[in-house]
Amino acid sequence: MFDQYLSRRYQKFGRPDPSAYLIKDKTAIAGIGATEFSKNSGRSELQMACEAIIDAVEDAGLKMEQIDGLVKFAMDYTDEMHLVSALGIKDLAFFAECGWGGGACCSTISHAAAAVATGMAKYVVCYRAMNERSGRRYGRVPGVETVMAAPNDHYGYIMPYGLAVPPSWVALFGTRYMHDYNVTAEQLGWVSVVLREHACMNPEAMFYGVPATLEDYMASKMIVEPLRLYDCCVDSDGACAIIVTTTERAKDLKQTPAVIMGAVQGIAEQGEMMTSLYRPKISLLPEVWYAGQELWRVSGVTPKDVDVAQFYDAFSPLIPMQMEEYGFVEEGEGALFCEGGERIRIGGELPCNTSGGHLSEAYIHGMNLINEAVRQVRGTSTGQVDDVEISLVTGGLGVPTSAILLRR
Amino acid sequence: MEYVKGVPLLRPYIDYDNQEFWLAHREEKLVFQKCTYCGKIIHRPKPMCPACLSTDMEWIESTGLGTIYSWTTFVYDRAAYPGIRVPYIVVLVEMSEGVRLVSNIEDVTSEEMYIGMPVEVFFDKVSDDLTLPKFRKRKVKK
Repeated sequence: MFDQYLSRRYQKFGRPDPSAYLIKDKTAIAGIGATEFSKNSGRSELQMACEAIIDAVEDAGLKMEQIDGLVKFAMDYTDEMHLVSALGIKDLAFFAECGWGGGACCSTISHAAAAVATGMAKYVVCYRAMNERSGRRYGRVPGVETVMAAPNDHYGYIMPYGLAVPPSWVALFGTRYMHDYNVTAEQLGWVSVVLREHACMNPEAMFYGVPATLEDYMASKMIVEPLRLYDCCVDSDGACAIIVTTTERAKDLKQTPAVIMGAVQGIAEQGEMMTSLYRPKISLLPEVWYAGQELWRVSGVTPKDVDVAQFYDAFSPLIPMQMEEYGFVEEGEGALFCEGGERIRIGGELPCNTSGGHLSEAYIHGMNLINEAVRQVRGTSTGQVDDVEISLVTGGLGVPTSAILLRR
Repeated sequence: MEYVKGVPLLRPYIDYDNQEFWLAHREEKLVFQKCTYCGKIIHRPKPMCPACLSTDMEWIESTGLGTIYSWTTFVYDRAAYPGIRVPYIVVLVEMSEGVRLVSNIEDVTSEEMYIGMPVEVFFDKVSDDLTLPKFRKRKVKK
């Protein structure tokens, strides 16, 4: 099946030989940190960023003065200048920022890994801090007149019609996806229900102690058809930080390294920020497919080798769509794979979003998914999967995307 | 569709690349870019043809006819643009020229919507300086 998947489109691209890829096995995640996740943090995003970074530095067994690199989200309202000043970092040799919303999460790791693999820096922090619930909430229409100025002119083609919030952008793709592959609301519901089960095992999750059934899902409020409330991620305040270094250095630190097998990015033909509506087929996600090809190319493994996956799940249809584009199932079979929940829950064929994901743990733009993937490699997750060797994280989609593959 | 008075209208960002597209609406015309070299019809407007990289482009008037490719209905007011009263429907229309565009459909309920529904364009003068192409269900002769 996987050969068939590869032959779909990929062979026409001439890509570098995998032996030229310096990141694989030579770089690792050595530390993770986070604040609590809440509806109202009661403090600044800068403070939360600092707290998460301090947490990650301590987790790794490093000292703050050893940090010499920083990678931020372009969308983050904090930056290197404020962080260096607040954290007392003396010198920063490497800094970068990654664009495209949640598409940036695994991009930060690929930038950091490239920096340590090429000797530009030794210990690079990747972070995201957001008061996305109490502050500027994405699900509400902001002062969008300014949002539409170049380079965001693509929003000018949708906003005047009231297509102005993230769930509605995904809903347009969702309607067509459900139509093309006969996907039912119940099938999407299982994604939501299983992730809630996982959140109920995780005391840090915003939906810890709040179980939900398929009936609850079906009864939840319609937001933008076909998406219900339970199809949407939980808007959150919080911060996460991740430390990347070489595997050699990571071995001398406090934690079991989560070794990076691949860290990739992808933009595909006619790819836009949430408005890739003008392509031949919108029920497919070419950038996700492309990032997948890159991931399997550089890492040398295939989907069947993956033990646990954290799929970017801002909205529930995105999980089955990604399963197809990363090659876990055939085109159009993602939702069927999720039906009943058995295959995607802990203990199943492909346990997904084992901390509850964005739908039920918190929405920190993919960075909390990376933390969970690292815990799975370390064996310390509240939803631990047995004998994890290989752990996948994917970045935001419907936007320029990214992914990482970690191993023990 | 009912606009709510007092809420700022969302206007497109008009620049060198797209001004013909937006300004044509004021004359109640829907136009698309066409590459005069390879003939490809393009939307959204671009400075060059992505198929052949020619910058020699012309604007052609659309037939205004299309079919529904996808849609979504805004139901929950707090997750909608407050300037339009819910429920309202946003459609992705596949035009007979082969390009797609986002718009609204009027005089149709969510229950009546389906993929493949034939539609035709009309122009909604939302304000003195903003006219938008919108769609209605089209009767097809059998």
